[in-house]
Amino acid sequence: MTNTLYRKHIISIPDFTRQELELVVETAGRLKREPRNDLLQGKLIASCFFEPSTRTRLSFETAVQRLGGNIIGFADGGNTSAKKGETLADSLKIIGDYSDAVVMRHPKEGAARLASEFSPVPIINGGDGSNQHPTQTLLDLFSIYETQGTLENLTVAFVGDLKYGRTVHSLTQALSLFNANFYFVAPEALAMPDYICEELDEKGIKYTLVSSLEEVIPEIDVLYMTRVQRERFDEAEFKKIQGQFILKADMLKHARENMKILHPLPRVDEIAVDVDATPHAYYFQQAKNGVYARQALLSLVLNETV
Amino acid sequence: MQYTRTVEALKEGTVIDHLPAGQGLKILRLFRLADTGERVTVGLNLISRHMGNKDIIKVENVALTAEQANELALFAPQATVNVIENFDVVRKHKLVLPETIEGIFACPNSNCISHNEPVSSFFYVKEHKNDTKMRCKYCEKVFSKDIVAEVR
Repeated sequence: MTNTLYRKHIISIPDFTRQELELVVETAGRLKREPRNDLLQGKLIASCFFEPSTRTRLSFETAVQRLGGNIIGFADGGNTSAKKGETLADSLKIIGDYSDAVVMRHPKEGAARLASEFSPVPIINGGDGSNQHPTQTLLDLFSIYETQGTLENLTVAFVGDLKYGRTVHSLTQALSLFNANFYFVAPEALAMPDYICEELDEKGIKYTLVSSLEEVIPEIDVLYMTRVQRERFDEAEFKKIQGQFILKADMLKHARENMKILHPLPRVDEIAVDVDATPHAYYFQQAKNGVYARQALLSLVLNETV
Repeated sequence: MQYTRTVEALKEGTVIDHLPAGQGLKILRLFRLADTGERVTVGLNLISRHMGNKDIIKVENVALTAEQANELALFAPQATVNVIENFDVVRKHKLVLPETIEGIFACPNSNCISHNEPVSSFFYVKEHKNDTKMRCKYCEKVFSKDIVAEVR
């Protein structure tokens, strides 16, 4: 497979072709089976986190170090010249001159796209406000491929906050390239945005809006859970909807054998702890896969062949 | 009904005609035509043989480009844009909905990076059912064209 990701900015899932998504997934699998410590040898990666992050930053930094690369950067924008009023455009022009690639997270939507217009080296988006978080989607896809053996024709339910959850939007966009069939399970106030549903309509992808989580469980291959944030509701309303979007082990009795549960984490109480011991739970392995997916992406962006 | 010329003829410049009545001032504001420093004549609620009522804008000494004319298509697809030289129409722009629009409208998303940085706003334009949608290149949010026009 030709590596079309070489020297490319990684900003948003809709920028990827189906082949490119498959290439990342295939490479992640290979690096998980046969670890390499030389793919980023001699490369310096800037890790620029203008807002805090735990998993994304640490898994990127782990990925770089395990591949033999070096890393510079910061974990909090408060200590940078952004605080003195420097534009992001100027910051990234300079950081790009120091490094071979820049991984960045920023609180404003569009920050990574903007950075890509000014940086002389590839920008990898580690999250831009509520917009995109493409590497989360890549690790989700890798976890799905790993557990299902395919990305094709899967039935996937998304549960919880589908309105604000950026990981849900990107994964829906990615899986729609593989003819998925979707169930969207959410309270009305947190329903999937119109623009995503319109995109699915245009592509002829089947989706169904449902209000009960239990009723879709026997139908699906992947259950993608997200957190419903208490602060988006008043207390009475929250109590009313809360129970409908909590997954407990006894709800999994009729699940297909291959069905796996994913969650971008952190979870609060939307997945009961008793689910962890079931063979369907896969969210912790999924989080670990973040390192392999990011290793794959960094290797492909910085090497013509991997 | 007798049709009489109610707005003085233009020697050099651009005539934006057949704007739906009520759109004239909006177009003037959106496209900052008054900021050109040139003489601008605006006619509101004029009688039109085809439209009943219409608005018209004449801007002296400014020749609208095809791109600028197409941006008008978002709000008044039936408008005509004629460039005048020495009292003659030298170009008639046929309005086509543009694929992208740069620098005219601010992004309605207040958390979009385009507000704080040295870049022009940039939208991809897409017709959807009976609406025209605009997607910001930076924050990737999708807005109805009327929402985008409101914030300018």
